[in-house]
Amino acid sequence: MWTIGPLGFTAPLLLLGLIALPILWLLLRAVPPAPIRRRFPGVALLLGLKDDDAETDKTPWWLLALRMLAVAAAIFAFAGPVLNPAQRQAGTGPLLVVLDASWADARDWPRRIERARALLDEAGREGRAVAVIRATDAPDAPDFQTAEAWTPRLDGLSPQPWSPGFAGWAEALPEGDFATYWLSDGVDHPGRADLLAALEQHGEVSVFQSPRAVTALRPATFEDGAIRLRASRLPVADPSEVAVVATGPDPSGAERELARATLPFAADGTEAEAALSLPPELRNRITRFQIEGVRSAGAVSLTDDSLQRRKVALIGGTVDEGLQLLAPTHFLRQALAPVADLYEGSLADALLASPDVVVLADVAQLSQGETDDLLDWLDRGGLLLRFAGPRLAASEVSRSAEDPLMPVRLREGGRSVGGAMSWGEPKALAPFPETSPFHGLPVPAEVEVGAQVLAQPDPELASRTIAALSDGTPLVTRKPVGQGQVVLFHVTANAEWSTLPLSGLFVQMLERLAVSTRASSDPADLAGRIWTPEQVLDGFGALNDAGELPGVQGEALAAGQPGPDLPPGLYQAEDRRVALNVIGADTPLAPAIWPDGQRIEGLETEGEQPLKGFFLAGALVLLMADIVAALGVSGRLASAVLVLALMQVPQARAQDARAIEATDTVRLAFVETGDARVNDLAEAGLRGVSMRLYERTSVEPGQPLGVDIETDELAFFPFLYWPITADQPTPSAEAYAKLNDYLRTGGMILFDTRDGDVSGMGDATPEGRALQRIAAGLDIPPLEPMPEDHVLTRTFYLLQDFPGRFNNPNVWVEASVPTEAADGMPFRNLNDGVTPVVIGGNDWASAWAVDPNGIPMVPVGRGFGGDRQREIAWRFGVNLVMHVLTGNYKSDQVHVPALLERLGN
Amino acid sequence: MSLPLRLRAEALGQSLPPLLASAEHLAQTVMLGEHGRRRAGAGDEFWQYRPAGSGDTARMVDWRRSARSDAHFVREREWQAAQTVTIWVDAAQSMAFSGDASRPPKSDRAQLLALALSVLLLRAGERVGMPGTPARSGRAQLLRLLDALGTEHDADYGEAETRGVTSHGRVVLISDFLGDLASVERAIGRASDRNARGAILQVLDPAEEVFPFDGRTIFESMGGTLRHETLRASDLRVRYLERLAERKNRLAALARASGWHYHCHHTGEAAQSALLWLYRAMEAG
Repeated sequence: MWTIGPLGFTAPLLLLGLIALPILWLLLRAVPPAPIRRRFPGVALLLGLKDDDAETDKTPWWLLALRMLAVAAAIFAFAGPVLNPAQRQAGTGPLLVVLDASWADARDWPRRIERARALLDEAGREGRAVAVIRATDAPDAPDFQTAEAWTPRLDGLSPQPWSPGFAGWAEALPEGDFATYWLSDGVDHPGRADLLAALEQHGEVSVFQSPRAVTALRPATFEDGAIRLRASRLPVADPSEVAVVATGPDPSGAERELARATLPFAADGTEAEAALSLPPELRNRITRFQIEGVRSAGAVSLTDDSLQRRKVALIGGTVDEGLQLLAPTHFLRQALAPVADLYEGSLADALLASPDVVVLADVAQLSQGETDDLLDWLDRGGLLLRFAGPRLAASEVSRSAEDPLMPVRLREGGRSVGGAMSWGEPKALAPFPETSPFHGLPVPAEVEVGAQVLAQPDPELASRTIAALSDGTPLVTRKPVGQGQVVLFHVTANAEWSTLPLSGLFVQMLERLAVSTRASSDPADLAGRIWTPEQVLDGFGALNDAGELPGVQGEALAAGQPGPDLPPGLYQAEDRRVALNVIGADTPLAPAIWPDGQRIEGLETEGEQPLKGFFLAGALVLLMADIVAALGVSGRLASAVLVLALMQVPQARAQDARAIEATDTVRLAFVETGDARVNDLAEAGLRGVSMRLYERTSVEPGQPLGVDIETDELAFFPFLYWPITADQPTPSAEAYAKLNDYLRTGGMILFDTRDGDVSGMGDATPEGRALQRIAAGLDIPPLEPMPEDHVLTRTFYLLQDFPGRFNNPNVWVEASVPTEAADGMPFRNLNDGVTPVVIGGNDWASAWAVDPNGIPMVPVGRGFGGDRQREIAWRFGVNLVMHVLTGNYKSDQVHVPALLERLGN
Repeated sequence: MSLPLRLRAEALGQSLPPLLASAEHLAQTVMLGEHGRRRAGAGDEFWQYRPAGSGDTARMVDWRRSARSDAHFVREREWQAAQTVTIWVDAAQSMAFSGDASRPPKSDRAQLLALALSVLLLRAGERVGMPGTPARSGRAQLLRLLDALGTEHDADYGEAETRGVTSHGRVVLISDFLGDLASVERAIGRASDRNARGAILQVLDPAEEVFPFDGRTIFESMGGTLRHETLRASDLRVRYLERLAERKNRLAALARASGWHYHCHHTGEAAQSALLWLYRAMEAG
């Protein structure tokens, strides 16, 4: 390629043709415009007259210039001009295209795919084998194929919402030399240098990187009564702002924007923060935060229980002012105040606030009204948390019979171990069993239980025990009530009976019971349980249903590193939900730094811009202008304009004439196929039906017409017969719109596959497949085989067969609404709905077809039976047209007995 | 325009009364016609009763009139004579020209006028002829005239003919007169020699009057024998129109000199006006 500045020429030798332009100048000058020959009797008077001057003997200079320009443009065009020609050296050997395909790629994914496609096209031209890998996929040996095989697969690739696993890929690379094009997302993911080194061992590596800023949203935290939002970005010199939108269901359940905050990035700053103070009602509804306008999983932060503050009602019986530390609710209040909204007061008042949890600390006796209210509340999903205490131990609650608000029956008195007056040591806790919600929590050694209430042995006791002492006596028991549950701690909520409330385990247990929630997930808190994904994010930040994804171990979830096995999203275990976000609170976000000497290209693909088309178009425009100018010079412009103007008129008249022809009488119409024979037969068939209608009914149709669904107006015809041929083209979008309009406004189309329906509406014949292809774009209602009592069976003749040249009973019409037949009526009351389509394969046109003299054209059947079949076919045609023209009128006959009866009375 | 020429000519002539071409020196003619001479003579129409004189045979006495009085009366009839009109219609190629598809060719108009004139004349009992078709009266002559009109000539321009002109007859020349005028002069001279008078009707297409041409053009005569090429037709317009006017003047002068009538008719106008002019010219004598 030969270049001047930004212009390149693929065939520069053709430019030598420009030398010929001056010669052309002389040639064109010498040739005057062609004369017009006119017959003119007055020529006798002209003889001997000389022209005044001989100027028009030569072409005017401006016309010459115009033509020269046109020729010059054509020469330039064929010289193959290219703007900004690509100068990359043609490569050889296999080519590996590495797409990071991480969340950071999602923002400009189409451009990356476009770039990859351009690279593949180039490799295809050079005949190189190509493989495309997504670094976020599980490492696998690249699949080298031709570029043509890979190009269609590019569209199916999408970014993944996690970071690429470079380390694994470095090991999975195959033997042999290949060049690499690496479309990097610009973020420094771990292992990048290793993969680069591994790739460089195989051949040259070119890196393509977009200079666009990558912005990521970190999980929102709840601090000091406000939601703290943090966003990070790769270093950019300019200050900027990002808007973060909090979305969640509104009271009606629809997803909408609930709040919005602006996070300012300082110049050169990589972190931005903002606080969002919201009322608890609003805050609890937030399901996700997202950076506005960024379509990437990294710009989305899902919220889980950690942002939601539970409403806890603390009911503690009588409180003694002086003994605050001994108050049964003191430790609970200390443990819950930072993480939950507490309500204290009477039980009746607290229930009005519809708390999530009601804590009864050593409350024994409840009034009947309170018990009923509590049971109602439990049925709706409340959690009743009870603590034992001296009052409970002394009361008669749940002694002989199980109290509905107690998980177990209690033995009288309780027990005291390890006290001053008792034998034995204070008991420690047994490790939590796997079935327990506390499973996985470490049991601190210092927790000792000195006194407790004891549960009555019971068949269900074991299943209701979720924590036990080392000697096996239950410490915490639980019972489901309705949708809610009752949990009883067999010790007090203060440090009187045990040291449990003093330990961290107490808080963790409350969290596991979803009484409280904490801002950050503690690894230990997640461990030991299987978390099932509920909803997962895709690379673009859209939340999808998790479907059948397997559950994950809490330990893996606690690590907080999303990957192929651990897609980011919402995970649930029992009552708790945890969000796993792409960007964690401390996920590093650093720009990818490439080693010195590594060539880095942008993603811009519009480098090469072939100009040939523009030049050719320009030449064509100039030549058109030349035609006009030449006409003007030779005095023929006015007549040419006149001719053009006149050409417009007759066409409109032709359209009108056709409209008048179509509407001056009722006309049956058929859809013209590409096959002249089928068209002729369809026309003859409709002619036959028209004749029968004329003879036997008051419908007197004119000659049938063929319509071209692409160009003709359909609204004039009540009925269209559409013979399907295998090679019929699929109608255009405009034609479909017209057809659907036609079907919706009362038109009827009879589809005829003409194959005898051997396939039974299937795709076994080419015509059947063509019908499926054509009908796919049509607004066709659900169909059913024509029921026995369909109105088509009695619009004029009483019919049960609908034969054409074939006699296949399967004719499909719009499915009727199932209704019961009235007593004594032979058919159901199907009053509404004229079927817009009738579909079958009986080749009706052939059976109907008659020549202009009324002689049948196509043999049907044999002997008398054949004649009978043709007659029935005609009757079906008559019924069909009657159905089209009179609609469901015959169905109204069901009312006749009722009307007669009324008249008789 | 699809009607046969004759029907159209009859239709055109319908609006005018039968045309009696003015005749002079009719004493020389012996042909009976319908020109009432306002004196007694041979004829069919009643003229006057006069008292019978000597020399009147008994057969000439009108006995019915005589019986009402004592004298004898002779019934005299008006002297009636017929005029002979010779019509020449140019049948050369140049007459086939029409400047626009909506206009009929000049020949069409010329023949129409000639035939309409003939219809009027024949209806009045005059004798109409054409060069090569002897003048006769009666409706049947119309068919013969029609036949004569049908013949075409290959020549580009027609030569005026006055063969068969009777003395003291009338002559009508219909042509575009774009050819050689000398033949016209000769024809008029020959007719005048026989004391025949007449009318010259020049039929032109509007395109020939306006010369609406432009650009580089090769003009050819209708037969293709003459051609003239120009690079800018619009430049020729003025000079062409000058020559055309000059030719018209020459024709008018020629007509004046020999006591004829000259009129220029355009095919763009209605044929009625030209027929009216011919009617007047024939009547005036």
